Amino acid sequence: MQIKESSTVYDVCIVGSGAGGGMAAKTLAEAGAKVALLEAGPMFDSAQGDMFKWPYQSPRRGANTHRPFGEFDAAFGGWEIEGEPYTRVAGTEFDWFRSRMLGGRTNHWGRISLRFGEKDFKRKSVDGLGDDWPISYADIKPYYDRIDKMIGVFGVNFDPSLGLVNEPDGHFLPPPKPRAYEMLVKKACDPLNIPVVPSRLSILTRPLGKRAACHYCSQCNRGCSTHSNFSSPSVLLPPALETGNVTLITNAMAREVLTNDEGLATGVSYISKDDNMEYTVRAKAVVLSASACETARLMLNSKSSRHPNGLGNSSGMVGKYLMDSTGGDLAGVFPQMMDGIPYNEDGVGGMHMYMPWWIDNQKAKLNFPRGYHIEIWGGKNMPSYGFLGGIQNYNAAFGAERPKGGGGYGTQLKNDYRSFYGAMVGFSGRGEPVALESNYCEIDPGVVDQWGIPVLRFNYKWSDYEILQAKHMQDTFEEIIDSMGGKLLWNKAGEESNYGLHAPGRIIHEVGVARMGKDAKKAPVNEYCQSFDCKNLFVADGASFVSMADKNPTWTILALSLRTSEYIIDQKKKGNI
Amino acid sequence: MEEPNKNGMDRRTSLKYMSGAAASLASLTWVGCETPEETAEVTEHKHAANEEMNISEADQKLMEQQFFTDHEMQTVTVLANLIIPADERSGNAADAGVPEFIEFMMKDQPWHQTGMRGGLRWLDIESMHQFEKSFFDLSEKQQKQILDQIAYPEIAKPEMSQGGNFFNNFRDFVATGFFTSKMGIEDLKYMGNTANVWKGSPQEVMDKLGVSYDDVDGYEFA
Repeated sequence: MQIKESSTVYDVCIVGSGAGGGMAAKTLAEAGAKVALLEAGPMFDSAQGDMFKWPYQSPRRGANTHRPFGEFDAAFGGWEIEGEPYTRVAGTEFDWFRSRMLGGRTNHWGRISLRFGEKDFKRKSVDGLGDDWPISYADIKPYYDRIDKMIGVFGVNFDPSLGLVNEPDGHFLPPPKPRAYEMLVKKACDPLNIPVVPSRLSILTRPLGKRAACHYCSQCNRGCSTHSNFSSPSVLLPPALETGNVTLITNAMAREVLTNDEGLATGVSYISKDDNMEYTVRAKAVVLSASACETARLMLNSKSSRHPNGLGNSSGMVGKYLMDSTGGDLAGVFPQMMDGIPYNEDGVGGMHMYMPWWIDNQKAKLNFPRGYHIEIWGGKNMPSYGFLGGIQNYNAAFGAERPKGGGGYGTQLKNDYRSFYGAMVGFSGRGEPVALESNYCEIDPGVVDQWGIPVLRFNYKWSDYEILQAKHMQDTFEEIIDSMGGKLLWNKAGEESNYGLHAPGRIIHEVGVARMGKDAKKAPVNEYCQSFDCKNLFVADGASFVSMADKNPTWTILALSLRTSEYIIDQKKKGNI
Repeated sequence: MEEPNKNGMDRRTSLKYMSGAAASLASLTWVGCETPEETAEVTEHKHAANEEMNISEADQKLMEQQFFTDHEMQTVTVLANLIIPADERSGNAADAGVPEFIEFMMKDQPWHQTGMRGGLRWLDIESMHQFEKSFFDLSEKQQKQILDQIAYPEIAKPEMSQGGNFFNNFRDFVATGFFTSKMGIEDLKYMGNTANVWKGSPQEVMDKLGVSYDDVDGYEFA
């Protein structure tokens, strides 16, 4: 078998083109570095997405037969990909979402763009659990500031009287006005002392640079013809490519990081999905931004005499402290929203208002650490696959006299569908887990993928911390729905189902498997996401997280990647790498 | 490459994405605008703004296969039309293409097949027991007498629970099929999926819910 080796030696080889890899490619290329950018999936431009399609343009009406978030979603990939298996230790759960496309998961995510706050970097100091980060909010704030301005994010700085001390200020575009039903949520939550505030999404409400403002079609997850929302191929990769310094190689599935006798990284080997051949890219430094677990997999699969435990894993901590956000949901149907007045309620592709975590656990003496934010959804969305499913469970609760109970058929049912359309509001909690060494991924000794690359085996169990947090979510959602005068759309989850806590991996926020630290014995990378064992190896995705806030990780991945990329430039200038 | 690949994308779809992306990535079509109001009107939408149905090769193959027997398809059609009949505002389920949609889903998601086929048979057997004819051959009055026994879970007798479960699932299919059709979306008066400028909910909507933007007047909105 022949391995094709290029004679070019790049300054940097970056694996992965999502938030972390896109930011690294842009930053390094603009500084003049010659960059090879490997992406395991095909090319993608969000202008080519299926936005503005109608469900009836699909024979399956947009069902999720082939894509987990429906046929028109921009994600190529999912929790299961044929030929790319993974395994789980018996009795444990983890569902691993992979995006295989240029830009990765930035193409279809919710664009919720939240900074980690001061407490989020120092959780051990706050509650004694897990570890503090080696950096503080002050270290990363300048990078958040620059990203806000570079990419664009709407929101507001919160009034200090709200007491949201762990939700830092930012540089915000004006947020869209709340939808009427979001104001209904706020009205019910004000007396409960739950703040309902403008959300923070990386969608342009004003033009920025060459990008137009949002045109409010609400289909951000499908792509954006005007690049008004943030995705790596819309915002980061074009300027990177315009420098002429980036060689983009798609359909390139990385196999391992290559090292020399001194233990330094010399490049990356990969399989081209185009011709099924093996290639190597030579580079003076390697940045892994393949998504947290894929980055850990690459490190663990890159064994050599100098790195017998996997590259950069003398600590034994690569793969350990895996985290995903907690998640729980509940929805209600609201009589005052029934028979709604027709109007275009789409807005941006996501919530206009949300609820940041509002409780001081210590003072309130809650029986769980950390917290969660609440996302609001509902209203007059585009009718889609699954439209008002299970109507028999709620259509007897409100409205006209129904002598026969819920369900039905005929004219009465048809009118029920019309009445109930747009009358639902749902709540999703997304919260912080505690980092545990016992939650990890490792190389399965017996299983390889279709290219012969050893696969990951996951071991993840929620602890009582997360389960009790999920119970608090369900109780809170029910209280809000009651206060709004609604009826639960399905039964509140109880103890038998961990209070509706989703399986680890379902919220798609996996982080932490090559965490940063000050001690090389306890952490694989330093505070600049540089390997302690291999000084020209860096991670630039969620792998370096020490803890996972209740916030979505993307804004922090971007900030850390920018910081790491500038550190690489600095170290290069100093001749250290 | 004849079969759908692991992402479920058929060759034509993936080629469409790849060629489109390859051509446009080097020179992404930026749209420069001064104000958001202007943006909404002048934005050049490169997506397919038409309403054609794009059938992939893989989907075409599914459509050429037949799952329902002729009798089953007749039953599906009459049952769907009983669930969503025509009225002054829109047509019935068959007018919206619901039977064809259900037929497609049986092949697209084959795990529905047993429950669907078995449920239709259950319906016929029950009709035979009560009226000595299959469901399709009953009078509309008799058909509704059967439905009255399975369509309302709260009052259905325990011995009808299998029929009730089938009916719940079937009703969900009919609702999706009807209300995701062009006819159904117009019936619901959904007005979105179009470029516009969001200025908040109309006053009459706010009034109906008893809420006011005065409660957020401390914020500056777009």
